[in-house]
Amino acid sequence: MSAQKPRTLFDKIWDAHVVDTLPDGTALLYIDLHLTHEVTTPQAFDGLRAAGRGIRRPDATLGVIDHNIATDASRYTGIVDPESALQVATLEKNAAEFGMPLIPLLDERQGIVHVIGPELGRSLPGMTIVCGDSHTSTHGAMGALAFGIGTSEVEHVLATQTLLQKPAKNMLVSVDGNLAVGCSGKDIVLAIIGRIGTAGGTGHVIEYAGDAIRALDMAGRMTVCNMSIEGGARAGMVAPDQTTYDYIAKTPDGPKGAALARAMEWWKTLPTDDGAHFDTVLRLNAHEIAPQVTWGTNPEAVLPITGVVPNPAEVDDEAKRVQMERMVQYMGLTPGQRLQDLKVDVVFIGSCTNSRIEDIRMAAAIAKGRKVADGVRAMVVPGSGLVKKAAEAEGLDRILKEAGFEWREAGCSMCLGMNPDKLTPGQRSASTSNRNFEGRQGPGGRTHLLSPAMAAAAALAGHLADVRDYQPKETV
Amino acid sequence: MQAFTTLTGIAAPLPKANVDTDQIIPARFLKSISRAGFGKNLFANFRYNEDGSENPDFVLNQEPYRKAEVLIAFENFGCGSSREHAPWALLDFGIRCVIAPDFADIFHNNSFKNGILPVRLPKEVCAQLMEDAKMGPNARVTVDLEREVVVRPNGEEIPFKIDPLRRHLLLNGLDDIGQTMQHAPAIDSFEAKQKAAQPWLYA
Repeated sequence: MSAQKPRTLFDKIWDAHVVDTLPDGTALLYIDLHLTHEVTTPQAFDGLRAAGRGIRRPDATLGVIDHNIATDASRYTGIVDPESALQVATLEKNAAEFGMPLIPLLDERQGIVHVIGPELGRSLPGMTIVCGDSHTSTHGAMGALAFGIGTSEVEHVLATQTLLQKPAKNMLVSVDGNLAVGCSGKDIVLAIIGRIGTAGGTGHVIEYAGDAIRALDMAGRMTVCNMSIEGGARAGMVAPDQTTYDYIAKTPDGPKGAALARAMEWWKTLPTDDGAHFDTVLRLNAHEIAPQVTWGTNPEAVLPITGVVPNPAEVDDEAKRVQMERMVQYMGLTPGQRLQDLKVDVVFIGSCTNSRIEDIRMAAAIAKGRKVADGVRAMVVPGSGLVKKAAEAEGLDRILKEAGFEWREAGCSMCLGMNPDKLTPGQRSASTSNRNFEGRQGPGGRTHLLSPAMAAAAALAGHLADVRDYQPKETV
Repeated sequence: MQAFTTLTGIAAPLPKANVDTDQIIPARFLKSISRAGFGKNLFANFRYNEDGSENPDFVLNQEPYRKAEVLIAFENFGCGSSREHAPWALLDFGIRCVIAPDFADIFHNNSFKNGILPVRLPKEVCAQLMEDAKMGPNARVTVDLEREVVVRPNGEEIPFKIDPLRRHLLLNGLDDIGQTMQHAPAIDSFEAKQKAAQPWLYA
């Protein structure tokens, strides 16, 4: 480890976690926090069982059930789908057998794994955090190195608390200046993916910096880091600052008193040194970012809401043209059509990208005193039981319900089409989730990704709409 | 894990970029608690019509590709979700090797851990292999990990490179947990040091 050479935030966390280095340069990296959920763990526990292994650090492991469960009242009466029920029961059984702490299904702390980690104060600056889920990049907003892993790696971490990793390249994305009215973290990250493409960050860890990132609250930073994987980067991170420390101070499980003071000494050494090397650099002007919406079937197919459906015939590259033609056809679009003219059937506000209290506040501010358009099903799914409770304490549930939104229980819900919340073929949704892949929200479903404020505006309008035309009637 | 040494078989052409893991195995099929049986739902949204019948236009529903052991695709294969069910579904179908210009990082990792070899080759070479694959039953391709070459149906050899450690593990079918366990003393001493310096990380 070279103390003199200027290092990035990523370099510092990496260096602090290398247990051993193999002859070919592969590092054995120590993992500080391992989050688990029901979908990507059953086969890992089977592997442990078969080899007679246990969990090395149960105190650094935390399980939660989020992907499979219903977000309506049926969660209290039992999971209807037998396969989902078995997967949930399997996690409960494995947690008991291996001594893994698990948040019970009906505990108020239950929620989406990437919401509860930061919220409980378990995800902290300087940590290495993994989970069998690609959106683990979310936790990088805390100033941590956090990335998604496969089930074989889940088993590896359970058994050894380490992973075999090659160092990633450093990428800096600096968003300078102030964000315009109507925009939030979601618009920033969609604009970034529109620029770099779905593979632009492959092999890299992205550090987000610049005034516009610094100005975001923790929820906004989590939204940005969450979608790093949609730009190909396994991890995204934001250096910790006073916003981070104030957030941690309010968490139930974060360090307190002398432990917090000691932790902060180390956290304050983490930000990237002046002159540290980045392999790739992208700079954006925040004020040039308009409210974003995706039109196609990957997150790179994104435009400002004022845009029109692109014309594949104008694309020279054959492979790109064929892909664009398929997107236009699958999404049921006509080249040249105004995005704002696209009628929506469903509006989904939720997911690990946008289901925190700040997101719900943004949606409620737009919805207050207005009504969801006829024929639109609009749902708000809080990211956790604690988010739900906080929103209800603020009266946000009432505002949303009065406007015609469904107010649901916490879970992954309509982000991924594996629980009862799904689109039916041909339905068009305005969704605050992270993936607009074909069939992601249900077979044949058509997804437009956007911010919570834009989603609320679409619900009111009955079509994709420019949130700048729906500014709050009064502050909530 | 099954070792991968050399493979000669049918290659299926999938001339698409950004094949995401939701396409490879949609989330509604991730509910199994075992590693087996995902093959029948590989590419389910393309392979089957809404009524459950086979879509005859999809390559894996056509002869000889029903028995494909190699898949040829374009850029950013395996992007999106980290689900290891994607390589499990490929493997269960019978595919042991995917050739593409590049792969998303998590899928790339997951493949090696399941005895699937992801081979990166330049786009124009993939396009050539795609044309070979379209030739049908005689268009068999050989993938030799020992020598790190792909052999085209016409005998032409195309070299590729695989990370030496990964190549070693795959050639020998080794589970890397066992290997890591040999570093237990180093992990113990790391933990002791970290616990002293950062006690808030320990319960």
